[in-house]
Amino acid sequence: MDGIEEKSAPDFSGWSCPLPLADYPTIVMGHGGGGKLGNELVEHLFLPAFRNAALENLGDAAVLDLPAGRLAMSTDSFVVQPLFFPGGSIGELAVNGTVNDLAVSGAEPKFLSASFILEEGFPLAQLAAIVEAMAKAAATAGVQIVTGDTKVVERGHGDGCYINTAGIGVLRAGIQVGPHRAKPGDAILVSGTIGDHGMAIMSVREGLEFESQIRSDCAALNGMIAEVLSAAGDAVHAMRDPTRGGLASTLNEIALASGVGIAIDEASLPVRAEVQSACELLGLDPVYVANEGKAVFFVAPEAAELVLSVLRAHPLGSEAARIGRVTAEHPRMLVARTAMGANRVIPIQIGEQLPRIC
Amino acid sequence: MKYLTEFRNGEIAQRMAREIHSITTRPWKIMEVCGGQTHSIIKNGIDQMLPAAIEMIHGPGCPVCVTPLELIDKALAIAAQPGVMFCSFGDMLRVPGTDADLFQIKGAGGDVRVVYSPLDAVELAVKNPEKQVVFFGVGFETTAPANAMCVHVAKRRGLRNFSVLVSHVLVPPAIAAIMSSPGNKVQAFLLAGHVCSVMGYWEYPPIAEKYRVPLVVTGFEPLDLLDGIRRAVVQLEAGRHEVENAYERIVRFEGNQPAQKLLAEVFEVTDRAWRGIGVIPKSGWRLSAAYREFDAEERFQISGIHTQESALCRAGDVLRGAIKPAECGAFGKECTPRHPLGATMVSSEGACAAYYNYGRFISAEELARTVVSG
Repeated sequence: MDGIEEKSAPDFSGWSCPLPLADYPTIVMGHGGGGKLGNELVEHLFLPAFRNAALENLGDAAVLDLPAGRLAMSTDSFVVQPLFFPGGSIGELAVNGTVNDLAVSGAEPKFLSASFILEEGFPLAQLAAIVEAMAKAAATAGVQIVTGDTKVVERGHGDGCYINTAGIGVLRAGIQVGPHRAKPGDAILVSGTIGDHGMAIMSVREGLEFESQIRSDCAALNGMIAEVLSAAGDAVHAMRDPTRGGLASTLNEIALASGVGIAIDEASLPVRAEVQSACELLGLDPVYVANEGKAVFFVAPEAAELVLSVLRAHPLGSEAARIGRVTAEHPRMLVARTAMGANRVIPIQIGEQLPRIC
Repeated sequence: MKYLTEFRNGEIAQRMAREIHSITTRPWKIMEVCGGQTHSIIKNGIDQMLPAAIEMIHGPGCPVCVTPLELIDKALAIAAQPGVMFCSFGDMLRVPGTDADLFQIKGAGGDVRVVYSPLDAVELAVKNPEKQVVFFGVGFETTAPANAMCVHVAKRRGLRNFSVLVSHVLVPPAIAAIMSSPGNKVQAFLLAGHVCSVMGYWEYPPIAEKYRVPLVVTGFEPLDLLDGIRRAVVQLEAGRHEVENAYERIVRFEGNQPAQKLLAEVFEVTDRAWRGIGVIPKSGWRLSAAYREFDAEERFQISGIHTQESALCRAGDVLRGAIKPAECGAFGKECTPRHPLGATMVSSEGACAAYYNYGRFISAEELARTVVSG
């Protein structure tokens, strides 16, 4: 919980004029009203944190210079609870989530928007910590946050802070990836351990706190994916970041979209011992638990070793593993070889996993 | 973790499976009582490793599945009341009552909470004195000590805003009911290891003797299950019928004595209706007279419950081992985990859901042919 304490005491000294904001230690309705209070949030918080030329115009829309060609666009809303968790916060998630959606589509992420829906009474210090986390994450990912919006809802009508981000990326020439392009024979690789994010959130969720060393894997994947695409090019057929619903949902989605079968070897799945233990305790299956800094790659079999070595050479991919292959058998189905040497179907879940009674 | 991985060794599992093949000379039907064992058997594919002559029948040991519809409807009625905070284990939330489930009650504004321990519900009662906090106390002997403890603590702390909706069920009367039911096919039982960790297995020798049936206390990991099955087959082949303990690292003959003492104080034996099976005499627990004031059924006096089970659902036949899930006409058609007609399709431990999730799409032969290569 060190991270949280650290973040709830932001450094006000770096701000150009901290006084007006310090007058209001919490968000009030006026911060979303388009008047002076709202302007102060922009001038003293968002602008200094996100500073870039497109944002500084403070126009109704950001005006962007983009090269000719195909663009990718994506949007995602973030409602995670708690807002701060081991290994990150809603701020990093909001930036990395959209960056990763663009990156796995084969695009180079360039620009993001950021919209905040804040609950009346939300501590300004926490908002500052979130904004700071977003600024750092954007700088790491090499993207600019160029436009945004803030609305305030009455106390009790929100959960502190919701964030929506949308992003634009430029598609790389010659890259054709998509969930419908997986082919029988493709090797399936995952860039590291699964289930870390979901179990990190669980470990601090109200009513379930358990002591653990598990940290969210939240990270921007565009750098690692760029290296994979430079090395393997069109041998990469499909990529996806297995977020909500975990690895199992992602693999099922690709099996359905491509009309192929997927066979994985359970013993080859990288799972941290702490994550495995926490899952055992709660009756959850790590293949369904969310990740925020992992990618799954479907690559032509002859390129599998190359991609694996590129991944393992990258700091975010050091625990990458080859977990299975695409097959023409059992189309639209994910089948796992169990550690016992038997096979089982891993289905799509109906809702979220529920902890079992005993 | 080492404690678990040691019991998940694929090579040893294959060796144990080969041994079971070599000692099996005739068809045998073995019931694993506990839903957790069903889950593990299917998740690990243990049923595929056994000789075709051995049929595993999935028993009624899933607390979610056997909780009677009337009690689910009562839970829904209580949870929908203003001023009530209704606490439950996670997997009860999706169990369909006659008209709704707890998720829908929550969506309509009911204060429904998932707790991970009954004692968390007691804490909620302490923190929210203006609310009536109700805990849905379901389960077999395994969950009973914690449920008993929460009532005990509530009484000691003099809480007036805490009560428990109790639906506890017991394994030994269920085994007796199955063995004496007409058309019973079960020839041996794997006893639920976690139930026995609480209760021991001193209750079972008379049952083994009366019904001349082998009973093997069995754990939940793949090697535990294979060992339990192996021991049951050895007894069946030799014509023996004894109580055996294949889960010695956890279970002792006398069980957990302090827990049993608490259970005897807080609960008393009662007749209990099992969903899909009917009333089994002396097969459950209710709060004893000394703790009756914490009984949510007494406190809320819900009346006018008219239950309506699906006419298509054959959960009862599945729970008794009379049919396999896929032999029910509604399986995978009218009845899926998304639209369950009966509780066996709801719980992750329910036999129908386990079949639907892990085995619905392809036959065992087809699965066995699938070759996975890295």
